[in-house]
Amino acid sequence: MINNRLRTIVWALASLLLVSAFVACTPEHPQSTFDSHGPVAEAQMGLFNLLTWIVSVVFVLVTGGLLYTVFKFRARPGAPPPQDIHGNTKLEIAWTVIPVILLAAVAVPTVQNQFYIAAPPEGEDKLVVNVVAHQWWWEFDYPDLGLSTANEFHVPVGTNIEFNMTSEDVLHSFWVPKLAGKMDIIPGKNTTMWFKADTTDADPSTPEKDSFYGQCAEFCGVAHSWMRFRVHVDEQDEFDAWVEHEKSNAKDPETDLEKEGYQLFLTKGCVACHAIQGRPDAVALRGPNLTHFGNRSTLAAGIKENNNENLKVWLKNPDDLKGGTIMANEAAVYINPDLALSNSDLDALVAYLRGLK
Amino acid sequence: MASISNVLRRPTSTTGVWGWITTIDHKKIGIMYGVSSFTFFLIGGLEAFLIRLQLARPEHAVVSPEIYSQLFTMHALTMIFLGVMPLSAAFFNLVIPLMIGARDVAFPRLNALSLWIFILGALMFQSGWFLGGSPNSGWFAYAPLTSSTFSPGNGMDFYTLGLGVLGVSSVAAALNFIVTIINMRAPGMTLMRMPVFVWMTLVTSILLVTAFPVITVGLIELFLDRRFGFNFFNPDAGADVVLWQHLFWVFGHPEVYILILPAMGIVTEILPTFSKKPLFGYPVIVFSGIAIGFMGWAVWSHHMFTVGLGPIANSVFALTTMTIAVPTGVKIFNWIGTMWGGNIELKTPMLFSIGFIFLFIIGGLSGVMHSIAPSDAQQQDTYFIVAHIHYVLFGGSIFAIMSGIYYWFPKASGRMLSESIGKVSFWLMFIGMNVTFFPMHFLGMDGMPRRQYTYDSSYGWDFWNLVATIGVFLLAAGVIAFVHNFFRSLRKGEIAGNDPWDARTLEWSIPSPPPEYNFAEIPIVNSRDAFWEQKQRGEAGEQGTGAGYGEEEHHDIHMPSPSYWPLVMAIGLTAAAYGMLYSYPLAALGAFVTMVGIYAWSMEPVTASEDH
Repeated sequence: MINNRLRTIVWALASLLLVSAFVACTPEHPQSTFDSHGPVAEAQMGLFNLLTWIVSVVFVLVTGGLLYTVFKFRARPGAPPPQDIHGNTKLEIAWTVIPVILLAAVAVPTVQNQFYIAAPPEGEDKLVVNVVAHQWWWEFDYPDLGLSTANEFHVPVGTNIEFNMTSEDVLHSFWVPKLAGKMDIIPGKNTTMWFKADTTDADPSTPEKDSFYGQCAEFCGVAHSWMRFRVHVDEQDEFDAWVEHEKSNAKDPETDLEKEGYQLFLTKGCVACHAIQGRPDAVALRGPNLTHFGNRSTLAAGIKENNNENLKVWLKNPDDLKGGTIMANEAAVYINPDLALSNSDLDALVAYLRGLK
Repeated sequence: MASISNVLRRPTSTTGVWGWITTIDHKKIGIMYGVSSFTFFLIGGLEAFLIRLQLARPEHAVVSPEIYSQLFTMHALTMIFLGVMPLSAAFFNLVIPLMIGARDVAFPRLNALSLWIFILGALMFQSGWFLGGSPNSGWFAYAPLTSSTFSPGNGMDFYTLGLGVLGVSSVAAALNFIVTIINMRAPGMTLMRMPVFVWMTLVTSILLVTAFPVITVGLIELFLDRRFGFNFFNPDAGADVVLWQHLFWVFGHPEVYILILPAMGIVTEILPTFSKKPLFGYPVIVFSGIAIGFMGWAVWSHHMFTVGLGPIANSVFALTTMTIAVPTGVKIFNWIGTMWGGNIELKTPMLFSIGFIFLFIIGGLSGVMHSIAPSDAQQQDTYFIVAHIHYVLFGGSIFAIMSGIYYWFPKASGRMLSESIGKVSFWLMFIGMNVTFFPMHFLGMDGMPRRQYTYDSSYGWDFWNLVATIGVFLLAAGVIAFVHNFFRSLRKGEIAGNDPWDARTLEWSIPSPPPEYNFAEIPIVNSRDAFWEQKQRGEAGEQGTGAGYGEEEHHDIHMPSPSYWPLVMAIGLTAAAYGMLYSYPLAALGAFVTMVGIYAWSMEPVTASEDH
């Protein structure tokens, strides 16, 4: 009877574990680590899955043993006093040695994979991307291609991408869950990692081509939650076209509204931080480079879709989308009431910036 | 006698408020440790409650991002330094001298000093909430976010000074217990006859004495950086900011074992008592505890697998970390072995101890998963880690501490806690704990980083966050049930008698609560489980009365007299710490008061002269 009840409990536990594991895998979520699209993330997921199986078996056996013991040896009225057993050397050696063997078996793939994920395989082509992390946005430079962009970047499918990373201020961590585990970014130092994307679409179940979600994973101050980015994986020819376009100077403002917006960009202090390639008055590098801002899919470091409404909300008061930004705390238009942006100013700036295709 | 000792007349009262304030009785000090640190545990719980309310829904605005940063920082610091560590210290104080058959600790006044520095330092630590902001860079305080450039204001100074002051308390207490355990054992209690809780206290105390200096170096450097423009952690001046991480985790990982080894010790006392069997594999349990303490020094970089130390360093630390799983596993198997074949009484202390083993297995296994450095790169800094640490620190340390409270409350107070309320509180806490923390594994693997004050619903994290928040309500209900039980049982609890659990160690051979001198006659120990053996041989008289020890009043036993000076020193030290923040003259005054305290203390005789 006890055995039956115990069996029920063990099965209930095991199936609860399995069901919750299935419910919880949710590979369709944008940052799920269960949906890898490249060899680095796959290696990591493979190890994770191996370990999950091992610890699940160990869990069921050990907690099964625990619960069995507690049920079987519950005190019953009139039971004789238990024997004084002080130990059992053979048993104790066994349960020391078995974990050692199990861990030794796991140690082999651990070390192998540690070396595999450290650097891209030698002799294969690679593309170098330099990452410079800032509170709370990302700068992506391609030293071999001579271009620089912010908060979103493109890579060709099937190519090893090597990242050289540093920080302008505090610690950050670079993480694209579907492509690779994270690596910290450290001011005054250089850290490296790599990944390769096997597919161009992060979520093939939707009609449009989805970008890969990335996020800062090391607490970096008040807006840490909103320090995100996107990776677009392109076919090689798409990528080449993107590179050519990114290298070109910014488009001239065309409509009257865009021209007004450009003048505001120069006079309201935006150029104190933001660069626009081809505009000699806009060369500062403190904030994201906005040369081809209109082509980006998101704004404010990967947190909102890049459209007119969101951009207007952002420019009106950045704190409404992302509390604590340096822009809201230091830009003249937000701290000096005389320079505050009027509604028509906002429309003009939105038109100019969104026009930077 | 030096004249300065006459400025304040030696306190003689052992009752009333002053009796408590000037006491150097380890049992009263233990009770004060317990009550004050449980209060801080409730404050830390309130901080956690606010965190979970904020995360219950996407883009909730219960607190601002700035307050949220302070909440998760202070939640961790409060729970670790003001909750679990001093709760363990409460058990050290209350139980260790009784277990080893001693009349007090080796240095009773030093013990009072530890208590008062802890209480005043903890209040100083929490005062940041009312003085312009608490620490907000995480309990790990990674440089350079902690610099005066990125964290202006006084918040991080409460961190450096507060932890520095609390460190004095911890190191003093640890030295005291090392000396007590080595020197004050009853005749016949050899090291290998000591109860395992005493062993774990010894290992923990050695870890404390050796680990705290490391963090103290880091705290002093950070303080100098922030207040005096030094450049220990300034990358612009060429500093390597990773140095802080090494200093922090070389302390921080032994600290993890400082939090869990006493818990393991408590559970190791309770399992044999309620199984009516001796401990299975005593030597192995002791040696694995020592091994865990040693290995605790060789694994710190597993907190830094994503710092870019390189594949060789990561592999080495992955392997050392896996190694720790072996002694930990051995302990679990021996605990099950202890229960095997016993007559297991499922009283509340036993329920919490079994709950501890169950939850600690989960936390231990997820810990093994983290030791796999390559795949840890996906889990590092996500909610998966949050789940892991709460399984080992809440499911582990706190469950063991609850177990210990239910177990030793009768000894300290003379009354039993209610079993029925106790069982309700256990099940609420057990279920609440799992509902709160198990979903965090899923959130972590679903890509949710830690320390996010909010998230938007496109990430798919809404459901499990809501579940976790619901779990917190169950958990809180369990804690409230316990607090109710505590106050109710103080007044109305069943009278305990000397030995309500039919237990095995010496503290149960004397009355509850024990007289000031503990043992009328120092017991002579012939074996492990000394009191149990006496009962078996029929030497302990009627079952549980503990005849022979502490039966009558013994006025001829001289105990050390109470003293003001530990409190004076603690006030001086805390004033000096505030002075370093607000005014150097105050710091000088605080230092002076501390010196006066030291001088007067050293001139004060152990007992007040008879003519007082």
